[in-house]
Amino acid sequence: MQILAKWLVFFAATLTPSLAMAADSVGLTSAVFVERELTDSEGKPRIELRAPQLVTPGDRLVFILSYHNQGATPAKQFTVTNPLPSAVAFASTPDEAALVSVDGGRNWGTLSKLLVHEVDGRWRSARPEDVTHIRWTLAQPLRVGGTGKLSFRGTVR
Amino acid sequence: MQGQHNWSILNVRLAQVIPLVIATATIGFASPVMAIGTVAGSTISNTATATYDDSNGTPVTVPSNKVDIRVDELLDVTVASADPGNVVVQPGTTNRVLSFTVTNTGNGTEAFRLTPNATVGGDQFDPTTTSVVLDTNGNGIYDPGIDTVYNAGSNDPVLTPDGSIKVFVLSTIPGASNDLDRGIVQLTAAATTGTGAPGTSIAGAGQGGGDAVIGSSGGDSSDQGTFLVQSTTVTFTKSAVVLDPFGGTKSVPGSIITYTLSAAIAGTGTLNNLSLGDIVPAGTAYQVGTITLQGSPLTDTSGDDAGDFASNTVTVRLGNVAGGQTRSVTFKVRIN
Repeated sequence: MQILAKWLVFFAATLTPSLAMAADSVGLTSAVFVERELTDSEGKPRIELRAPQLVTPGDRLVFILSYHNQGATPAKQFTVTNPLPSAVAFASTPDEAALVSVDGGRNWGTLSKLLVHEVDGRWRSARPEDVTHIRWTLAQPLRVGGTGKLSFRGTVR
Repeated sequence: MQGQHNWSILNVRLAQVIPLVIATATIGFASPVMAIGTVAGSTISNTATATYDDSNGTPVTVPSNKVDIRVDELLDVTVASADPGNVVVQPGTTNRVLSFTVTNTGNGTEAFRLTPNATVGGDQFDPTTTSVVLDTNGNGIYDPGIDTVYNAGSNDPVLTPDGSIKVFVLSTIPGASNDLDRGIVQLTAAATTGTGAPGTSIAGAGQGGGDAVIGSSGGDSSDQGTFLVQSTTVTFTKSAVVLDPFGGTKSVPGSIITYTLSAAIAGTGTLNNLSLGDIVPAGTAYQVGTITLQGSPLTDTSGDDAGDFASNTVTVRLGNVAGGQTRSVTFKVRIN
């Protein structure tokens, strides 16, 4: 029985990726980079994105989400949601239409419209570091072959 | 992967992105932010999710790949003097204590090498550092025989992120130091994993298997504590005035000698338990009830005031006398 159960798990593990591939007509790729401020040969500051080989508290991370409709039909109500890793403080997103949540994804809005309940019982305006989730929704269906990128910045706590 | 970063390079289709739901006000609870950074060796995992409706209107959920980033160890430390000001000392004293607080401001558990330096300059004398002691019992006060003496390399204090320890540097004050001289002792704490230019990385040396990175402190830090000498010197003088039975000043039997003992205290310190005393000379007899202090009479009895006469000796106990003051005692004897 024990052995059978293990075999079943094994099969499930090997079969799942191909099944998922067939079912997911949209691909979503997450990539994370670390921003490094460098000074070029003329002494001007320059920002580089690097693979996160070396990351310490205070470093600025750039999260880039790439999507691609590889299927044969448009994807309607296309939404991408990224929960913030607990060790990352949200900083900003270039997408003004992105919505954020400061309560684990229960309520959504633009940051300026959200409030946070302080431990002492008072309310205050939400700050970027309060963000727990960020979400984008496309106004139009994602057409066949359509691609795009979404991004946000965060700081390692 | 590398290259100039500009947000415009991202193919973000702003026009396509509009909010579906606008919440006017929502409720959230602030997550506590740790004073320290994310602990070295922990993993930042990021996964996003896409949801959409397929051609049949069936909701589909697609997770992204998971990106794992290991947080490396930042080597940072601060050393700060824990004394409220200059520590007042007297010349020639030993085991004088300067206190420092060493704090691990990095994000990993780290051992720190401690180095005192009493020859930093900017002062009038160099204290002789005799030992460095760790505040083992954590009460913030140097406890001789209880707190552990530090030996570099054998018991370097190991501090957790945000952890701190009091360190006591014990010194001997040179006997030749003068009033108001200052002597500075500097304490340096250095991460044993490494020090150097901020941003320098040490491969594989970080807590949790990652790298170690020298933080903004350079991985080491120093601060100074100052001894201030407050010494006092006392100058004793003794004088005598003779009054003979005939109204003259000849030393003949029956003449009365009035002795004056003076103590002039100079300097910025205080002399503790200072007393003036004199043995009544041979061939003379002490005149009962003649002791005065600052012109006021004292009794010969011991214990009722500062003065007494016993064992043919006049004694006046002056207590603690600050620099800049003078005490004057008089008594009378008669020549036999």
